[in-house]
Amino acid sequence: MGATSSSAERGALIRLEGIGKTFGRVRALADVDFTFMRGECVGIAGHNGAGKSTLMAVLAGVYAPTQGSIEVDGRAAPHYDANAARDAGVRCVFQELSLCANLTVAENMTIVHPHLRGRGWRRKATALMRDKLEEIFPGNGLKGSELVSDLTLTQKQMVEIARGFTVTDAPVRLVILDEPTSSLDAHTADQLLAFVRRAAESGIACLLITHMLGEIERVADRVMVMRDGGIVGVLPREQSSRASIIQAMGQHLEAERTPAAARALEARSDAHAFRWHVGAKKHTSIEASRGEIVGFAGLAGQGQTEALLSIYDAATSHRAGRVKVAFVAGDRGRDGVFPVWSIAQNLDVRWLLGGAKRRRGLVDLAAARDVVEGWRAKIGIRGASMNAGILSLSGGNQQKVLFARALASDADLILMDDPTRGVDVGTKRDIYRLVHDEAAKGRTFIWYTTENEELSHCDRTYVFRSAAVTRVLNADECTEEALLAASFEEHAA
Amino acid sequence: MTPARNTLPAMQARLRALLPAISLVAVLVPILVMQPAVMSYFGSSLLLNLAVPIVLATLAQLAIITVNDLDLSIGSFVSLVACIGATLLVKTPWLGALALAGCVLAYAAVGALIELRQIPSIVVTLGLSFVWSGLAIVLLPSPGGTSPGWLGTAMSYQTPFIAAPIVWSVIIAIVGHLLLMRSSAGVRIRGAGGNPRAMRRFGWSLVRSKATLYGIAGVFGVLSGLSLLGLTTSADANLALRYTLLSIAAVILGGGEFIGGRVSVIGAVLGAITLTLAASFLAFLNISADWQVGMQGAILIVVLSLRVLLQRGERQ
Repeated sequence: MGATSSSAERGALIRLEGIGKTFGRVRALADVDFTFMRGECVGIAGHNGAGKSTLMAVLAGVYAPTQGSIEVDGRAAPHYDANAARDAGVRCVFQELSLCANLTVAENMTIVHPHLRGRGWRRKATALMRDKLEEIFPGNGLKGSELVSDLTLTQKQMVEIARGFTVTDAPVRLVILDEPTSSLDAHTADQLLAFVRRAAESGIACLLITHMLGEIERVADRVMVMRDGGIVGVLPREQSSRASIIQAMGQHLEAERTPAAARALEARSDAHAFRWHVGAKKHTSIEASRGEIVGFAGLAGQGQTEALLSIYDAATSHRAGRVKVAFVAGDRGRDGVFPVWSIAQNLDVRWLLGGAKRRRGLVDLAAARDVVEGWRAKIGIRGASMNAGILSLSGGNQQKVLFARALASDADLILMDDPTRGVDVGTKRDIYRLVHDEAAKGRTFIWYTTENEELSHCDRTYVFRSAAVTRVLNADECTEEALLAASFEEHAA
Repeated sequence: MTPARNTLPAMQARLRALLPAISLVAVLVPILVMQPAVMSYFGSSLLLNLAVPIVLATLAQLAIITVNDLDLSIGSFVSLVACIGATLLVKTPWLGALALAGCVLAYAAVGALIELRQIPSIVVTLGLSFVWSGLAIVLLPSPGGTSPGWLGTAMSYQTPFIAAPIVWSVIIAIVGHLLLMRSSAGVRIRGAGGNPRAMRRFGWSLVRSKATLYGIAGVFGVLSGLSLLGLTTSADANLALRYTLLSIAAVILGGGEFIGGRVSVIGAVLGAITLTLAASFLAFLNISADWQVGMQGAILIVVLSLRVLLQRGERQ
């Protein structure tokens, strides 16, 4: 793969020297020195809030650094803004997608390419976009004339990534991929990683920021590990194993895994308390008992979210089978947070609906404060005041608040729609612990996840394919191979 | 993953795009049945006489809705322009032209200000509506004035075969569509309404896009005021106050949405014509003109309900 060729012969592309960035009194980056070489693939790992996204925004020219200097091709670039970054060949694929939903796929090209203008720009943009999509994700089936708002999350991410690699006037030399696979399924993620390797070989440097350490392990020539706004280590390819990355991040490997199988046996004694029929013709039945953690698996977008939503509808309907239910959204920005509300208001809103006792018809503010303080300690949000806006928290912490929102309520059934998307390992472990604790208290969880490792926490796993369940795996049968086999099964059982 | 098939959702999406045209037909057909003479050159020219200024005011509003703002001052602005046209433009043409250019620049400046200071457009334009009205009253304390000769000639120009208001509306719709929906600059400007954060990240100035759109709104407002003056031949400070809500209704009727930068120029023009016709519709039914506003509201409710239903169908 030529991945180990020495970096000296490639030459420096962009050099960061002593970069620091502060927002008000919050220090997001401190003293970052790094040199990006031509045609290398750098993996970047770190907790949420470690400064990865800020560093990338500086590199993309979105934020001007408060300290330090940037050099492009060995020359100082004092006014490094978005246009300078574009001229230097830096492209960024952002974690929160930066597509305009009201434009078509091809029209979205004009935003990154100022030179797409004049007669025939639309045809040119469509051709560029389709070629790139076909190159990265063969068989994607997109035509370029679709409105972005009509696409699925996976397709949007594919478009966003493909757009980052398209070339008009300025050559592409460095592409920053911020959590590019968070909404992709295993198959498309695979296509992307293979493409990243090919791109690196043809001289395009790639920066891969991801919480999927396996992906870094697979493609990165070097791994930059960040913590608290600084670089704590740069690992060469030979040392970039999962274990050593996690060690550098200052976290421990997940050693203890709850023996889910053992718990499942005792849970199964009380027969299945819940039973739903979901899917196209209500053919698929989902069962769960009290205190059970049920997993939904399969490739992304195979009807898992729809199944969760129809369970939610059934649970909130006025017919028999009504259960107290809470939902943890996966798409935080769209379905999860109330962006202008404070952390506390975001946390206790579900509690107000069920669980809160009213005082003379009004909200009991003291009780609300207790709930918020109690959960703040449990989910471990430090530093921020609970009256601060929810957006002042990092993505992972926002997700924790959404978890607390569901758990602070009186719900017996918690539905989770890929809740750990783009969340760091530490936060994930906190979330797993919470789920296990609450399940032990008799709450039932239905958990859709795109990360197969998380299914080891589930007592039973339904594997989806084309909006139907192909297999039901008990905890002891739930291996990577079995999951993959079931995910790619063509005919639903 | 989503091959274009003739599925129900795809059909509903197409139906939703056609909704402005369908609602126009739904209003037009009963009128034609009751009064076939409407089809004639003079009939249609009479019926759609006032459509041109409304269409232009609608496009001014559309420019502002594109960036997720709302202009509550367009009605009084159009009145002010008509007053300038009926006084300054007749007496001292160069001063009148200067005043109109100043109005457009003021609009652009307001757009820049709204983006720079992040103030809600509704507050600013509501305040401005009183400023425009005040200026109009200063210029023309009581209804009167005359329209410049060339303006009257232009507005009463007889186009061959098809009545002038229809020709003007079609031309305006096509030009607007090409500029805002098809050109790359127009697409970028709409992008500012769809995802302002992304635009800023990629180095585009939101201040510039907003100022441009507000400036365009000013230009359309000026054109609307002048065309109205050409039709009425005299002006009044309260001449076009109802255009404010009418233009918003027309944009929404034409498939536009308040947020997200989703607008349609052709739809908005159709919407404006539909609302103009709705007024005449009542006259044909021998119902008092007092019910006009109620009728326009009813059309709006029906069309928006249909849109929601179709949208829901698409999701399922």
